[in-house]
Formats: sequence, C-alpha cells, structure tokens
Amino acid sequence: MSDTAERGSAPHATERLDRVIIRFAGDSGDGMQLTGDRFTSASAMFGNDLATLPDFPAEIRAPAGTLAGVSAFQVHISDHHITTPGDAPNVLVAMNPAALRNELPRLEPGGSIIVNEDAFGDRNLRKAGYSENPLTDGSLEGYTVFEVPMSSLTLGAVEPLGVKPRDAERSKNFFALGLVSWMYTRPVDDTLRWIGAKFANKEQVREANIAAFKAGHAFGETAELFDHPYEVDPAPLPAGTYTNINGNTALAWGLVAASQLSELPLFLGSYPITPASDILHELSKHKSFGVRTLQAEDEIAGIGAAIGAAYGGHLAVTTTSGPGMALKAEAMGLALSLELPLLIIDIQRGGPSTGLPTKTEAADLLMAYYGRHGESPLPIVAAHTPSSCFWAAIEAARIAIKYRTPVILLSDGYLANGTEPWRLPDVASLPDISTTFATAPNHTTDAGDEVFWPYLRNPETLARAWALPGTPGLMHRIGGLEKEDGSGNVSYDSDNHERMVHIRAAKVAGIARDIPDVVVDGPDDAELLVLGWGSTWGAIDAGVNRARQKGRKVAKVHLTHLSPFPANLGDVLRRAPKVLVPEMNLGQLSRLVRAEFLVDARSVTKVRGVPFTAGELESAILDTLGGHP
Amino acid sequence: MTDLIPVTTRKDWSSDQEVRWCPGCGDYSILAAVQLLMPDLGVRREDMAFVSGIGCAARFPYYMNTYGMHSIHGRAPAIATGLAMARPDLHVWVVTGDGDSLSIGGNHLIHALRRNVNITILLFNNQIYGLTKGQYSPTSELGKVTKSTPFGSLDHPFNPLSLAIGAEASFVARTHDLDRAHMLETFRRAHEHQGAAFVEVFQNCNVFNDHAFEGVTAKSVRDDMLIPLRHGEPVRFGSDGQHGVVMDAQSGARIVEVADVGEDALLVHDEARTDPGVAFMLSRLARGPYEPTPIGVFRAVERLEYGSEVNRQLADAVASRGPGDLASLLRSGSTWEVD
Repeated sequence: MSDTAERGSAPHATERLDRVIIRFAGDSGDGMQLTGDRFTSASAMFGNDLATLPDFPAEIRAPAGTLAGVSAFQVHISDHHITTPGDAPNVLVAMNPAALRNELPRLEPGGSIIVNEDAFGDRNLRKAGYSENPLTDGSLEGYTVFEVPMSSLTLGAVEPLGVKPRDAERSKNFFALGLVSWMYTRPVDDTLRWIGAKFANKEQVREANIAAFKAGHAFGETAELFDHPYEVDPAPLPAGTYTNINGNTALAWGLVAASQLSELPLFLGSYPITPASDILHELSKHKSFGVRTLQAEDEIAGIGAAIGAAYGGHLAVTTTSGPGMALKAEAMGLALSLELPLLIIDIQRGGPSTGLPTKTEAADLLMAYYGRHGESPLPIVAAHTPSSCFWAAIEAARIAIKYRTPVILLSDGYLANGTEPWRLPDVASLPDISTTFATAPNHTTDAGDEVFWPYLRNPETLARAWALPGTPGLMHRIGGLEKEDGSGNVSYDSDNHERMVHIRAAKVAGIARDIPDVVVDGPDDAELLVLGWGSTWGAIDAGVNRARQKGRKVAKVHLTHLSPFPANLGDVLRRAPKVLVPEMNLGQLSRLVRAEFLVDARSVTKVRGVPFTAGELESAILDTLGGHP
Repeated sequence: MTDLIPVTTRKDWSSDQEVRWCPGCGDYSILAAVQLLMPDLGVRREDMAFVSGIGCAARFPYYMNTYGMHSIHGRAPAIATGLAMARPDLHVWVVTGDGDSLSIGGNHLIHALRRNVNITILLFNNQIYGLTKGQYSPTSELGKVTKSTPFGSLDHPFNPLSLAIGAEASFVARTHDLDRAHMLETFRRAHEHQGAAFVEVFQNCNVFNDHAFEGVTAKSVRDDMLIPLRHGEPVRFGSDGQHGVVMDAQSGARIVEVADVGEDALLVHDEARTDPGVAFMLSRLARGPYEPTPIGVFRAVERLEYGSEVNRQLADAVASRGPGDLASLLRSGSTWEVD
C-alpha cells in the first residue's frame, strides 16, 4: 500500500508523441464504440487533430467471444493536421481473445497490446480459435504486451456500490477507457461529466461506470506495468469554435441549414437502413426547426412522400443506402420528369444486394449516373470528409432548388460514422439559396388567355416555372408522361420528345457553368495527377504527401461535383502526364473520365469494406511512377 | 379582400384536356360526379390536389381544373401522404384502381389508411387491368379467364373493403358508377372525413370486363341486390324494404325476410362503432357482385389525423424550446475554442 501511495504522489515523467493511433476492440456487447467515441471526444476537447474509423459487424450481438462478434474503433490523434484514421495502430486494446486474433494483423510491428487478461480463459480462447494461449505461448514476442485483469479490477471497484457481478462486468469498458486516458494524459473531467449525464437516470450504472473509469485511471498511475504516460499536444488548428462531428450528423445539420437558407420547410421521407438511419434519427429531433420526418413503410414510399412534399413546396429529402437506391429508381425518374427539387442521399455501403451493411464502399457512382431507365441525367454531389457532409447538403439543395431537379448526394459508411474536429462556420456567412415561386400566369394563348405553363423555362438555367398548389389561377397538372415543351400537357409527339430529352440533358450539363472549376493541388510540372472523389480524400492527401516527401512531383484533384463535371476537368486531366484514380469500387470514376475525356486514367481499387490507407496509396503512386526512387 | 369561396360550376372544375377514356367507360360518370360535387364542397380550386398512379383511372387528375399529379404505378398514396403532411391547407384526393392500389401499391394503401393522413382515396374497382389490355386483377374472381389466365385465374381475390377495415381505416365506403346521387353523397362524406377516407367505386370496364357489376347495380335488379347502409337505421332493402340483415353471434351477418323476423331483429347500422367487427362482417356479406351487396358508408370513426399530429409536435417543440436556431444547433455538442 505504501508503495502505491508513494508512486501516486510522484508524478510520472511523460513522453511526448506527435501522434498515436489506438484501436479499441472487443465483443459487440463490450461497448467499444462508446469507449472509442469518448476517448475521441476527450482528445477533441483537448485540441488534438483527429480522425476515426468505427468498424463493427452487421449483427447487433453475434455470439459472445466469437471472431464474428468483434467490434472495433480506431482513432488517430495528433499534434498536427491529419486526414486519415491512420494506417497501422500503435496500440491495440483487446478486451478478449477474439478481438486480439482479429485485430492483431493490423497492429504495427512492435506495437503495444493491452489485453483484458481475465477474458483469456479456455472457453474464450477456444471460441477465438486459439489452441494455445497467445499470452503465454510466445506468439506475441516482438510486441509490448500489457496484461491487465480488467474484469476483476472492475468488479473490485464497483463491489462497494452493491452492483451485481453480472452488471459490474459491463463497466469494464470504462476501466479500459480510464486506463488509456491515463496513458495518453487525456483530461478526465469531460468524460466524468458525460457519464453523469448519459446515465443520469440510472444511478447505480452511473456510479459503477465512474468507479470503473477512475479505477482504470488509477491502475495506470499505480501499477508498475507502465513506465510513463504519453502526451500528444494540441494541434495548431485555425482559430475558431470546434466540435467533433460525424458525417451523418453533419449531413443532417446541413439539411437543416439548407432549409433555413432556402426558406423552405424541410421534409424527410425515409426508411431505416444502415448506415443512413442516423440522419433520420437526427432530423426527427429537430421539430423546432419545422422539420417533418416520415418513417415510411418502404424505400419507395420514402421517396414518394418526399416527391409529394416537394410538389407542396418543401425542401424534400429522402435518405438511404445502396439497396434503397435501387428501389427508388423509378421514383427518381418521376421526380426528374416532374422537374421538382429533391435530394436523394445515398450513404453507400458494401454491395451488391445486402452486401456488407456496416462496411464502407463507394460503388454506387455508376448507379447514381445511370441507374434509371430512359435518358435520365441527374446532378451528383459527393462529400469527402465527415464535416464536408454539411456543405455537400447545402450545395445539393442549392442545385436542386435553382435548377428544379432531383440531386443525388453520395456519402458512405466511413464518412457517416467517422468523426473529425470541425471548425464551425459563421451562420451569417452561409449562402442564400432561396427561390421564387410563380404567382401569376406566364403565357398568353393564341386566343389571348393568360395562362400558366409549368414547363416554361428560365432561359439561363432552363429551370421550369414552379407554382405551388394553393396559388390561385395557376392550377396545372404534372405527371410522368412526356410533356409538351412549355405547356406541360401530355404529348406523344416525336419531335417534342426528342426536344424534351435534350432539354433535360442540357439543363443538367449547364450546371457546369455554376460550379467551381477544380483546383489542382500540386506543382505545375507534376509527373502524376491523382484524381479522387468521396471519402478517399484523406488517404489520397496523406499518400500524396508521403510521395512528395520522397521527392516525387505529384498533384491531386478531388471532385465534389461528379455530374456534371467541373468545366475545366477535361483540360486538367489531359495536361497531366499520368492520371491515377483511387476508388472504393472497381474503377467507376476512371471509366467515366476515360469515356468523357479520352484520358488514360489508371484505376487503383479497394473493396475490402475499409478505407484506403495512406501507405496503400503511397505505394500505388510510386508504382505508377515507375519504381521507388 | 374577402374569404368568400367563389361560386363555381362543373365547368370551372373541368380542365381543357380532352377526356380520353373508352366510350362507355364507367370512369366518365365518376368524373362527372366529382366535377358536379366540387362546387358544393365550399373549397377553392387551387386548394384541391388530385394525385394518381398508373392505370385508366389514373388519368383522372388531367381532367380536373385543380392542382394534380399523375405519378407512377401504385405510389399515389405515398405521394399524397407527403403532400398532405407538408400542406395541411390542401384537400388531397387520390384516384386509383384495383391494380394500382391493391396490387403494385398495396403496401402504400394499407399504410396510408393505418396512418390516417388526411386524404380521400377513390378506388375505381373494375376487377380487371384495363390499360394493359385485359389481364386479371387482384379483385378478379377465381377462375377468371383473361389474356394472362387462359385456363382461369387461380388467384383468390381481395375484398377491398375488408382489406381497408383490416388496415385500420377510419372511413370506409362503397358506391357505384350507375348512381350519381349515391356517388355524390358518398364522395361528400369522404371529403368531410378527417383522416384517410377510402371509397370503393364499382366501375364498369365495358371493353375488358363488361357487366362485371350488372348483377347488382343494374336498375332492374338494384332494389333487391344493393343494400343501402344508413347510419342509425335498420339495414333493409328490396322495393318494399322486405329484405333485411340480421347479425348474431352464431351465424354472423345474414340476409332475412323482414316479415319472418320482425323489424326489431334487424341490424341497426352504426358507422361510428369503434370496433370494426360489424363493418367487417358487412363487408363480407356478399361473396361477390352477384349476391346482395351493401353500399354506403360502412365505417366512419374519429381517430387522430396524422398530419395534424405532425404539426402539433412541431408547434409543441417551438412552444417549449422556441424556434430552432441554427447557430445553437451547431454548438449543441461538446465544443472547444482554438485561439
């Protein structure tokens, strides 16, 4: 005891790191997402730059202790600007043998492993497929292993509170969090406050979690296992107010913002689907913003109701993932033909079919482009970081409203659940995306009657006139049948149909005049241009920087607007000696730019349910350039 | 300015589009009934929106001088749900057919009824696919010989009213295309109902399924084959009211001669009965349009209307928290300052 007290009073020297990558892994029921999330929040509040990668199975609770049930959360914190959750973790926290077995291959050589040694009994070892205990058979030589009896220490800590052993076991993730918080000198007050608020109505659980957290923290300080804690200083981020945000929340807030900026009430028609459901959850909270949410009976009803609301003059949105996109295709065609503003938001996941619901992929680009019958072009906008989902939502709404068209917004599971610090924008600086509705007749017939023609267009944007139901004198009917140019009456005339097909295409193509040119990041004499879209942004950024540090001249361009392409994209691509397109699919954007611009775009692909690492893209860049210098 | 509703006539409610149903189609008389009803409803043309899906009936909105949308197959109830939620100031009607809303759009129909959103649904039931030229529909009788069932249909049909009652509909009625006065009265009741109103209209397709309902709707047989339901009155029919309906626990609803049982034994129709059981039994009194068939309002009960409830939640949120403030929303999580 005296030993402990002595050490407790003598502060450890700390070692400074410029960054660290930690991966928390355990059973689905172990609360690893919560643990990772809290560590991330504490780091964000502390001022680090950070990026996260939640990685969990589709099953809510796969059988305990099995490889299938392992849920992991990777967080990268640093004292400088970073863009990815990191390639190989430096530290693995493994709550059971399955987590160790599953996650060990990702760990950097010589990395640290913190295990809950209480979980390494025969039964759990067998479930994880270990014939020998890896903690004793020498197979972890080369790693620094910390064996911590987390379960029993947690039990000991919460026992005085009268918690039953079964319930006490549930607090062990907070023990782990406390321990890792000590290791990386994270501030603890925010986490304690959070536990207090989260479990405000469950006194015993609250007290048990706080006791476990404190016990973990104290264990780090007092046990002789650890030499010293580490420090990762705050990153020099631009001045401002920050919050830690994930992509789905940013997207939902972007929609609320777009509603205010457009002065149109927000309407969401949606059917629950992973990984898009959190947008529905988030928006359903914001009724004080006048947000109407409908959990529809199916994906088709979700977009159907949104079309009805759009017709009524709301900023209408439907959210989904790949399988839902397939179901909505016919209704998208209707909205396109009605020429009504509508946001169709696809949080992409691994496909085809049910595929990998909780794993990320970006293989819906060609579906977004071509996944409807007939000639049916739609604008496509893609987010590239969690916080950019906010801006993507506003931009998609701007295009939809201004051009009276459905717009597809692509995000993915990685952006949806990954987080980063976000410098909050000044609300007053957000763009005005409001519109005007028709209030008077816009056409005089040969007979001299003043009438309203719903398909008369703004000559510049080709947007059609939009009169809301309830407007006196402008009653009109719209529908999915081909419409006569101008009047909007049903028309089966061949000339008219061809004209309307071309008008609809020209309207979308013309948006290129209204979006920014791509900006090339890199030297004018670059040997290689890396072209990306979506969530590959962070890994491309880091991979390109590494190649540059090795003396290679590499430029990059990242697309927010995928349809239409920015007006200068063709010139930029044709000027580049080589073009490399990393994608979380089998080369969909590379096909599009090859077809559109006749450039020899090379594809580097990954469809493993996890994002590219910086190392993978560095290698791809160096390979394309012909060998490592 | 005045809030007076302008006086209109049928002509004001008719669009300039040429009506293109087959000559003799029952749709004409339904359209006429709706256009005749409108001037009497006390609503403005601009506040009325007709939404349809696909099928012969779905052309209906084009012929109404109101707002309207001819959408895609089966989805009209979903689209109308969104429109009615977004715009509670509008009167939203859905015009659909037996294929449109009982086959491809069955899911949307039942959920619209369950939610009780404020829409008026007219289901033109002709027991056949007309626009695709004569395949059997979900209401076609067993054994029906059509282009797609040359050896007779093996599909057991839906009873649209039983389906609607089973889907928790708060207003369920039936009328037919040969009785304008009955259509006017039924449509008016449906329009006045707060919530989702469902009206099955027996509609003759004279090209692909002629005479489907003639066994009950023809003038010559109507008295004995149609059973008019009137709230608060004994259920009886026949030229002299000689037939009636009784209901008991053992045999359910059945047809009797009033002279045999006495008037006091007859079922007294109560459309407002909370329990849907009696309405359900009445909906199944006839096995098809060849047995005495009840028409009129089967069920009209008060239930919270979805759109109003949605708006109530919005208003409550504003009342308790004040109108949403975007800058505060962005700061609603943990935030920190970087200098």
